[in-house]
Amino acid sequence: MASTEEIRSDLAEIVNEIAGIPVEDVQLDKSFTDDLDVDSLSMVEVVVAAEEKFDVKIPDDEVKNLKTVGDAVAFIERAQNG
Amino acid sequence: MTAIAAQTGTPYAGVLGLGSYRPRRVVPNAEILEHIDSSDEWIQTRSGIKERRWASDDETILMMSVQAAKEALQDSGIDPAQIGCVVVSTVTHLYQTPAIATQIAVEVGAPTAAAFDVSAACAGFCYGLALANDMVRGGSAKYVLAIGVERLSDITDRTDRSTAFIFADGAGAAVVGPSDEPGIGPVVWGSDGTQHAVISQKESWQEAAGSQNWPNLTMDGNPVFRWASFEMAKVAQQALDVAGVPAEELDLFVPHQANMRITDAMRRALKLPEHVIVARDIERQGNTSAASIPLAISALRESGQAKSGDLALVIGFGAGLTYAAQVIRLP
Repeated sequence: MASTEEIRSDLAEIVNEIAGIPVEDVQLDKSFTDDLDVDSLSMVEVVVAAEEKFDVKIPDDEVKNLKTVGDAVAFIERAQNG
Repeated sequence: MTAIAAQTGTPYAGVLGLGSYRPRRVVPNAEILEHIDSSDEWIQTRSGIKERRWASDDETILMMSVQAAKEALQDSGIDPAQIGCVVVSTVTHLYQTPAIATQIAVEVGAPTAAAFDVSAACAGFCYGLALANDMVRGGSAKYVLAIGVERLSDITDRTDRSTAFIFADGAGAAVVGPSDEPGIGPVVWGSDGTQHAVISQKESWQEAAGSQNWPNLTMDGNPVFRWASFEMAKVAQQALDVAGVPAEELDLFVPHQANMRITDAMRRALKLPEHVIVARDIERQGNTSAASIPLAISALRESGQAKSGDLALVIGFGAGLTYAAQVIRLP
């Protein structure tokens, strides 16, 4: 099973590819909208890419709860273990 | 027993001519912002739209269609009297019946051609091309005029901050006829009626009739963005595959001009080579539904970015949900 750091690192690559944010900025405490300037459409792209990368399903209703990078990493960890 | 004679067409069909009509009036984002709480920067980042064209009173569905069709006929060199069928894709001819196609047929000089309208929203132009291709190859018409035309401004709520800046007006047309080689690839098309509500008029005309309401078009942005960006990229890839055209051989990618962000996401998902020119007409034209693909091709031809013989991947997708994609060779 992937570690928290591995998931964060892979997610950072995704955010970098889609929104052009430097990977080192994508830390667990960062808010997607407020800190990283990832808007709602980019967030949709990040979610779809994360679903493919981590082989999980992230329902539309859940996306609005993923405010920080840490929220997303925690959700992916739970989904992978579930 | 007397056998019924069979009808046969030609082995291959292609696009022989293209035309378009852009309404005169340019509407900048500043004008949209008089009615919604937003900003020029927000509109441009979320959609890529800087300005759009809205039709004036005289720029009717009929008038715009006829202008685009005449240009396409001239481009093709085909005598209008040879047109056997006129297919018009539109959702903004605000009569349930008769179809606008019959009047267009008269005005372009094909007064007895078969003529009908298609309701396939933003997929409409590609639906029309698919029908035209099959008619020519099946023998029910030698030449077909396929038109996409919209006055979306007529069903846009100026105060709806999620749609007011997107929708616009215009027309495009193609003449389809016999070709020595396949000029229109196999269509990959379909629908998903389970998502009918994500792009829809708010109410029926009947429900609106007794009220002060107007059945404007509404859209649930994020699910549409997700579907269009990812599911449609797969459909576009299938269209390349069934046409036997590798992405390296493609010259142009002309998706329905729905939103620049969708175009960008599709381009990324398709992993198109750098040399493929991507249509970005939405910047100046907004989203014109069934008209957007021929308008975008016209813009590329006018700017010299597209030339005769180029291979273009076209894909329409929208309300229904409906979608259709083909590879076509430009006339």
